[in-house]
Amino acid sequence: MKRGLSAAFAIAAKDLRTEWRTRESLNASLSFALVILVLFSFAFDLDRDERLAISGGLLWLAYAFAGALIVNRSFAREIPNDCLEVLIAAVPGWAIFLGKAMACFILLLIVELVSLPIFGLFYNIRWVASFPSLLLVIALATWGITVVGGALSAVTVNVRLRELMLPVLLYPLMIPLLIGAMEMTSGLLNGRAVMSDIRLLIVYDVMFTSLALYLIEFILVI
Amino acid sequence: MHAVAADGVWKYFGDYPALRGANLHVAPGSCVALLGRNGAGKTTLLRILAGLSKPTKGVVNIHGRIGYLGHGIGVYDDLSAFENLTLFGQLTGVANPTQSANDALEHVGLTRVKDGLAREFSRGMRQRLAIARAFLHHPELLLLDEPFTSLDDRAVAVLQQLLAAARARGSTIVMSTHQIREAMELASDVALLERGRIIFSGPRNNDMLLDPGWLYRTYGDNKS
Repeated sequence: MKRGLSAAFAIAAKDLRTEWRTRESLNASLSFALVILVLFSFAFDLDRDERLAISGGLLWLAYAFAGALIVNRSFAREIPNDCLEVLIAAVPGWAIFLGKAMACFILLLIVELVSLPIFGLFYNIRWVASFPSLLLVIALATWGITVVGGALSAVTVNVRLRELMLPVLLYPLMIPLLIGAMEMTSGLLNGRAVMSDIRLLIVYDVMFTSLALYLIEFILVI
Repeated sequence: MHAVAADGVWKYFGDYPALRGANLHVAPGSCVALLGRNGAGKTTLLRILAGLSKPTKGVVNIHGRIGYLGHGIGVYDDLSAFENLTLFGQLTGVANPTQSANDALEHVGLTRVKDGLAREFSRGMRQRLAIARAFLHHPELLLLDEPFTSLDDRAVAVLQQLLAAARARGSTIVMSTHQIREAMELASDVALLERGRIIFSGPRNNDMLLDPGWLYRTYGDNKS
């Protein structure tokens, strides 16, 4: 268990280091999130109440699309030189998955935290006062996206059209998570206390993390 | 107790049986040359032994830490040689990954370029890095899939040296190969796979050493 955890941290550090050098998913994901936010801001002519009402939905649509780009690279990163084989031979599947989920979580969190001020600026929404609660919602929902996305990234790693397959499988599974995150984010930005709904995100995260950790060995070794 | 015990192993890819009840028992400390023609099932069997693939039927028991060298080199292009080996040291639970990485780089003659990214290396250097990676954690069981294929002279020498050192340490080696002459010189035992079945398994004898084709002629499907 201890060796598995230290292997997971080593894999996460490796993924972050290679991503920092290549910036292949970070640049694409961040650009995509910003483009969506900016385009929507020009597409709709909304008054302040309308903007606040749809703020959570807008933000999480951008985060969900950006997240798919990041998790898509998670296991695909191991394809050149058959590195995944070496990992599977050396480390239990759950440790590989956990390491990759941690790296994706950090990368997506960076994208989200950079996008948030841009979102506030373009939609004239004040988010700083509710930032601590908002950060908790973002962290929980982001973990859910990376866990489900990471597992599906492993499922589709050897599929020829994986860039297409992953979103097709991912978005339906994320619906409950996104609905919860959207409602809570809109509530927080409107100054409503909605933290009792946080249980939905916690249950989703616990359920899908347990499921992914249990199933990953069957997904990777066939 | 065997280092490797595979009993009645079947593996289907769709309807095609790549392995048909293969049995392989390898004593600790022995070096087995796994021979067979293309499509005989060597890679499939090695992948199952390495835990990369599940048998459709049959039982596999492995004792000891595995070092695996497959068809791919298994190193990250965007990490330096030193970072690659340190990472694999951490993954395999080596006590001092930094020291082990430095030692391994010295063994394969890559110390001078240890901070260079693997993507900038020549093919031969990448192969030596892959060899260093497979041997880094002093595994008790080495599973090598055609390890001599397309190696340059220097990499062949490095591999032979590391294999000899591994054998001296008591490691068990199972390697598939088409280079029968090199394999016979290293092997203590030979297993011949034909259409998914092990049709011969036993100690290497002088006939095999003197005439590499002898085994195929004596036990192969088109034996005379």
